[in-house]
Amino acid sequence: MIVPPADQNLEQQLSDKPPLRDDTRFAAGKIAIFQYATVVIFLFLISGFWRLQIQNPEFYGERAQQNSIKSVPIPGPRGRILDRDGRVIVDNHSSFSLLLARESAKDEHLRPIAQGLDLDYNDLVARVQRVRKQPKYVTATIKDELSPADLAFVDSHHDFFPEMVLIQTPRRLYPKNGTLAHVIGYTGEISEQELDAPEFAKYNQGDVVGKFGIEKQYNDTLMGVDGQRQVVVDNRGQVRQTLATIKAVEGKDLQLTIDLDLQTVAELAMDGKNGSVVALDPRSGEVLAMVSRPTFDPNKFAVRIKTKDWREIADNPEHPMLNRAIQAEQAPGSTFKPIVALAGLETGTIDDHWSVHCSGGVALYGKYQRCWWKPGHGTQSLHGGIVHSCDVYFYTLGAKLGIDNLAFYGDLVGFGQPTGIDLPHEKSGLMPSEKWKLRNYRTKWYAGETPSVAIGQGALIVTPLQLARAIGGIAVGGKWYQPHMVKKDLSQVKVSEWTLNPEHVKGVIDGMYGVVNEGGTGVRAALPHLEVCGKTGTAQLASNDYVKAAGLGHAMKDNAWFVGFAPRSAPEIVVVALFEHGEHGQFAAAIVRDVIKAHFDKKERLTQVQQNQTRTVAALRLGVPAGNSGLALPR
Amino acid sequence: MTRYLSPRDIDWTVLLIVLLICGVGVLQIYSATRETDYTSAWWKQIVYVAGGLFLMWLVMAVDYHSMLHYVPVLYIGSVAALLITYLVGEKAYGSRRWIPVGFGVHLQVSEFVKLVIILLVARYLTELRTDELEIREMLKLAGLVLIPTALVMKQPDLGTSLTYLAVLIACAFLAGLRWKYVAIIGIVTVVGLPISWQFLNEYQKGRIVSFMDPERDPQGKGYQLIQSQIAVGSGGMFGKGVTKGTQTQLRFLPVPHKDFIFSAFAEEHGFVGVTILLSLFFVLVMRIVQNAHTAPDRVGMYLCMGVAALLLFHILVNVGMVAGLMPVTGIPLPFMSFGGSSVWTFFLALGLVNNVRLRRFVN
Repeated sequence: MIVPPADQNLEQQLSDKPPLRDDTRFAAGKIAIFQYATVVIFLFLISGFWRLQIQNPEFYGERAQQNSIKSVPIPGPRGRILDRDGRVIVDNHSSFSLLLARESAKDEHLRPIAQGLDLDYNDLVARVQRVRKQPKYVTATIKDELSPADLAFVDSHHDFFPEMVLIQTPRRLYPKNGTLAHVIGYTGEISEQELDAPEFAKYNQGDVVGKFGIEKQYNDTLMGVDGQRQVVVDNRGQVRQTLATIKAVEGKDLQLTIDLDLQTVAELAMDGKNGSVVALDPRSGEVLAMVSRPTFDPNKFAVRIKTKDWREIADNPEHPMLNRAIQAEQAPGSTFKPIVALAGLETGTIDDHWSVHCSGGVALYGKYQRCWWKPGHGTQSLHGGIVHSCDVYFYTLGAKLGIDNLAFYGDLVGFGQPTGIDLPHEKSGLMPSEKWKLRNYRTKWYAGETPSVAIGQGALIVTPLQLARAIGGIAVGGKWYQPHMVKKDLSQVKVSEWTLNPEHVKGVIDGMYGVVNEGGTGVRAALPHLEVCGKTGTAQLASNDYVKAAGLGHAMKDNAWFVGFAPRSAPEIVVVALFEHGEHGQFAAAIVRDVIKAHFDKKERLTQVQQNQTRTVAALRLGVPAGNSGLALPR
Repeated sequence: MTRYLSPRDIDWTVLLIVLLICGVGVLQIYSATRETDYTSAWWKQIVYVAGGLFLMWLVMAVDYHSMLHYVPVLYIGSVAALLITYLVGEKAYGSRRWIPVGFGVHLQVSEFVKLVIILLVARYLTELRTDELEIREMLKLAGLVLIPTALVMKQPDLGTSLTYLAVLIACAFLAGLRWKYVAIIGIVTVVGLPISWQFLNEYQKGRIVSFMDPERDPQGKGYQLIQSQIAVGSGGMFGKGVTKGTQTQLRFLPVPHKDFIFSAFAEEHGFVGVTILLSLFFVLVMRIVQNAHTAPDRVGMYLCMGVAALLLFHILVNVGMVAGLMPVTGIPLPFMSFGGSSVWTFFLALGLVNNVRLRRFVN
């Protein structure tokens, strides 16, 4: 039995185990190591803050700003388009556009967003892809013209998809029913090809630019400059504060020469017909009305046209996008005859009394040429030839003149060359000549081809605008002003002049007066108390025999033309109507009459209003003795 | 063995520093939670601090030697509580850490377990009564600590579970673990990392990956790290001013009143503020180590050093994460981060230190 030791230390000394202890001294060195480690750790931490806060504060400061400061575009609205009296034709309305802030965008969000907004997913991805090369702060437009349902979706899902940014954008509002559609054109989001073109260099992806008509021609004037708002946003994209605003600059308004009243009448007159109406002021070249039918609805293009709508327009065999006033190149038919007559007089080939006998046709250069009036017109001088539009008279005259003279005068009145109107894509028509034949067919001009050119057939083709300018220029005695759509000072309008003998001009104009007022082919254009002059034209698309044989019917029916101006002595309006497949010029004459009537009716109304005002003012000025209250009315 | 305990013997320096840090914390919580759903957080934090002071006083009153008797009970209770958390805990931020105890209070058990680990390690190492720690004993102790560690890691809460290991390793080192074994532990850690990689969660992997290369996925996993660095860096020398930090105020900074409170502080007070605050923490840790020096016995020393190691590890990981020196592991900054469990745990730890200090004069 072992006696328990009295001393604990004694037992420890005896044991082979390490001594048992409860003092803390043994750990002192290790505690010191711990202290050193603590110092090192704190220095390590401080060094981290030194690196961030002292060495790179600008770098991180900038990134903090990038985080919280965002630029939101403020769209600059396009200028309005006004008519000559200052009435608004094209205005803006505000709509909502949805942008995608790409800084906070997540790819996996695109699908639910596309679903919620009724967008095609692939289309949306493509839209976002298109801007991928640009810096992150550039937003991508994902939908325009948001519907109330879309707005509700955006509002209710903002927490889930903070990358959606809603902005108000002004959008174009075009006249209904396609009125003036071809003149005004439309706008659309700038395309990839356009972005690469140098003239669009200053525009950015997503900009809405003019694509057609005036919108395209005067895009720089109409287009506003987008502003920008710098805002502070939180991590969910909510705007907390606005730092700075660069104001948007509105585009300039554009005043057209178009008279909405005339335009409306012309549009109504063309309702249901294909063709074109052009009304010019021959004293200045101002276009008062321009109609092309069939038409389209530019509102469908306002931002991005639906594929279905586009197909409908593009596949239409009647080409609604064609501005027939400047792009339809058609044989002028008999409307060319006044110019031939003028050429005859001016060159001295004929005089007023030179006459031809029409027996329903004439044999020229071994070919029998028919007059449109089979029984024959009998003996016709210049006046009768124009009034009755006698083909035989002009076959003979044309043969006498020769193609060179015809080409010279055709060229003089502007055929075969663009008028230079301020609309895009104008066509130049064609005035045949020896040179032209040689250059294009490598054969010489055969004299037998001349007679058909003299009645406005053959290779001769013109646009309605060219015809209006040509006849208008003759009507004012040899001054052809460049047609234009936007109001400008007369001194700035290009004009080509040619000294014409006033006697010769009078002879032609008298003939055209006879067409309307002396039982000629254009009696439908007659208006009471107004000396309307004009000329019909029935232009063949193919020989009548061929049409009957082929049974093409309507598609190959003759085009009806009418060119008219008024009044006879001091013309202030010239109107051309092209009624495609209208069969006879007299049907076009009615259209021209309506437009001319509208012009003079309006003028008279305005004169009356003016007179009334003048009268009232005069009465007030004359005055009644002082103290007499109430308005003094003229007795 | 009643002794005269004087309130004069409380470590007033430590208490003053801690209250300063708490004050800065409350101010920062107020600034970071303006115009958010947590505007009441700052005064709640004041309540927590007041509660913490009370708990500290409670712990001081009981002799730490008598606490050691309850270590087995506390340990088993902790493991049970962690199991319960695992089974019925409330899920938030992707992990299950909280037990609802009624009245809208949710306790994070794993926080309080830190103290149990300190007590466990202190008692175990003291009872060895040797100057050198045998590897066998070390492995036994490690086994004991690893059970709660694994449970917390499973929540998943990597940061908190690592604090247990930090306490274990620091104390084992003090207990005389041979350098040879320290080296072995180091090697095992290095070798074990790729293996343990397999057992990590997706989000834990993601955090480590994003620490290595935060720019790889700036909107995803690296987001917090990048935003924190931006916040700290943009603070510059003097900071943007209280309530003026854009990263904090516009909420680009994640949880600026909790784990990233130091980031918000650095943004609004700049390098100068950071240096002062870190100095306070440094003095705090050093004072606690000083108390370990003057401890009357080994248990007291281990307790103080355990608390010091715990604090140091928290500061290193949390502040290091904020400065981009450490991966994102969600552990709070002691005395500053908003949250009752965390504040109370550290006040209780402070109570342990003062407990030892009050009894530093061996009769």
